[in-house]
Amino acid sequence: MSVSVKAPAGRRAAPAPRSFSDWANQHRKWLFAAPAMIFVGVLIIFPLAWTVYLSLTNSHGSVRAPSDFIGLKNYITVLSDTDRFWPAVGRTAYFTFTALAVEMVLGMVIALLLWRPFRGEKWVRVAILMPLVATPVAVGMMWRLIFDPNIGFANQMLGWVGIPPQPWLSGQHTALPTTIFMDIWQWTPMVVLILLAGLTSLSDEPDEAARVDGANARQRFFYVTLPLMMPTVIVAILLRSIDALKTFDILYATKGKGGGSFHEVETLNVYAYGLSFDYNEYGIASAVLIIFFLIIIAFMWILTRRRKGANP
Amino acid sequence: MTPSLLPAARTRTAPQGIPPRRRKPLSVRAYKWFRVGSLIVVVLALLAPLAWLFASSLKTNVDIYDAAKTFAFTPTWENYANVLTRNNYFVYIFNSFWVAFVSTALSLLLGVPAAYAMSRFTMQRSALVVLMARVIPGISLLVPWYYVFSNMRMVGGFTVLILSHMFVALPLIVYIMMSYFDSMPLELEESAQVDGLTPIGAFQKITLPLSVGGMATAGILAFIFSWNNFMFALVLSGAHTKTLPVAIFDFVSYASIDWGGLMAAATVVTVPIMVIALFTQKYIVSGMTAGATKG
Repeated sequence: MSVSVKAPAGRRAAPAPRSFSDWANQHRKWLFAAPAMIFVGVLIIFPLAWTVYLSLTNSHGSVRAPSDFIGLKNYITVLSDTDRFWPAVGRTAYFTFTALAVEMVLGMVIALLLWRPFRGEKWVRVAILMPLVATPVAVGMMWRLIFDPNIGFANQMLGWVGIPPQPWLSGQHTALPTTIFMDIWQWTPMVVLILLAGLTSLSDEPDEAARVDGANARQRFFYVTLPLMMPTVIVAILLRSIDALKTFDILYATKGKGGGSFHEVETLNVYAYGLSFDYNEYGIASAVLIIFFLIIIAFMWILTRRRKGANP
Repeated sequence: MTPSLLPAARTRTAPQGIPPRRRKPLSVRAYKWFRVGSLIVVVLALLAPLAWLFASSLKTNVDIYDAAKTFAFTPTWENYANVLTRNNYFVYIFNSFWVAFVSTALSLLLGVPAAYAMSRFTMQRSALVVLMARVIPGISLLVPWYYVFSNMRMVGGFTVLILSHMFVALPLIVYIMMSYFDSMPLELEESAQVDGLTPIGAFQKITLPLSVGGMATAGILAFIFSWNNFMFALVLSGAHTKTLPVAIFDFVSYASIDWGGLMAAATVVTVPIMVIALFTQKYIVSGMTAGATKG
């Protein structure tokens, strides 16, 4: 913006910098931005380029071991791997979409409940904040005890109503839904906060106009509030899906290496971690990560395009 | 303006006489009770597991295995004594605190001016580069980092941990501060410059003092995310720099789990951050929703 360059007239008359401070003021744009960008560049862009390079080599065993350039062979290996890779893709998609769907619906309901002022609002807000700030690994451990098949409180509660105990985390087909439940517990509050901020910033008029026209609560929500909330909803989906795709802490804390003995919670992130740091297959791991990264970028691209469409 | 930065300020009031969001067949009172009831359920669902965590940390392992002692048990601080004395936990608490504190401070130092420049000069592309860090799976950076830093014999030291946690903190701070600076009027700085301050002087003397609230928000959130971070510390920390989330795993072995100790350790990690959140909730909420309502 040129607006902020309104220096006093005397300064503008002398364009050649005379002192360091003059020079700094003239170049403050990059002086301010450069340190952070260099940091990010060195710590992110360079490693990312390296990951691309590694994905084209047969690097394994030790990161220092010599490796050969093998072209796209790793990608072929990975993409034809129906044993670990594609199931991991499926689990990642299942985890992300299920968690996201439940969190959005539940988050919207809770945000609507909290919308209008009420007594004790502050306490509900505190409660909503607690799962959000709780350390994910600790949360994973906490649920691990609650869902323990033998001593866990979850099965004890089921016992009170006469339902037989469930294997929860130890079951081959119940483990992933159980971790999704944990994600929902921890991150629905995030969706609530974002949507609530959106709701409170809405103008009252459209809602009241609809009310005057005789629309009922359901109609007002679906035809007035929800369309107006779409930009905020998309932001919430965007933020939550980025993190859900990359979930690691809870899965590792509850099921450990490889996503359990049958890889029942092995998502792409857990798979890539295992390949890198348990099996030291850096070449293949890098190929998995590049594919994973492309999936995330594609996902974001679709969402942000929608966002622009929703908010011209 | 981003109204999201002031979420606590409720200016709107429901119109008198007409109940807000009433369902037609239900009376005003019925909705009121429905709302109170559902909110109690929500609060319970969110807090009960945490209460369970704390309660279990006060049980002996024998009591944890005893269904009869689910609620009726004699609380004991034994697990905490074990955790804090036998397992070096004071060292881990210090490590966690130190890494989170330094990485937050350095990220603020780098991030606030960057966010200012990106907001004032609308450096969209530059901002995108920094925000990319939120999108990239952390593991794709860990292998190269591990390679470089182990060659430099730095793995297991604080420097690497702090750098890796800055990777989490910096984009967060830039994101929050950008939306904060976007909402700040330019006129204040401009008039300061008319009065004879240099642009950098105006930033230092006018903008920075006014953005203390935003920096607090960004700093607290960065601290929390760094404190809770697990994956980077799992790979990059050493025996002497282990942070709390990694240290929790000491209670899990192949044969069995020391549940009491594990729950006490989990409580030790979680409680400090919850206390911080309790006192700074206004800032956390505004940080988490920063920019969300701009559309």
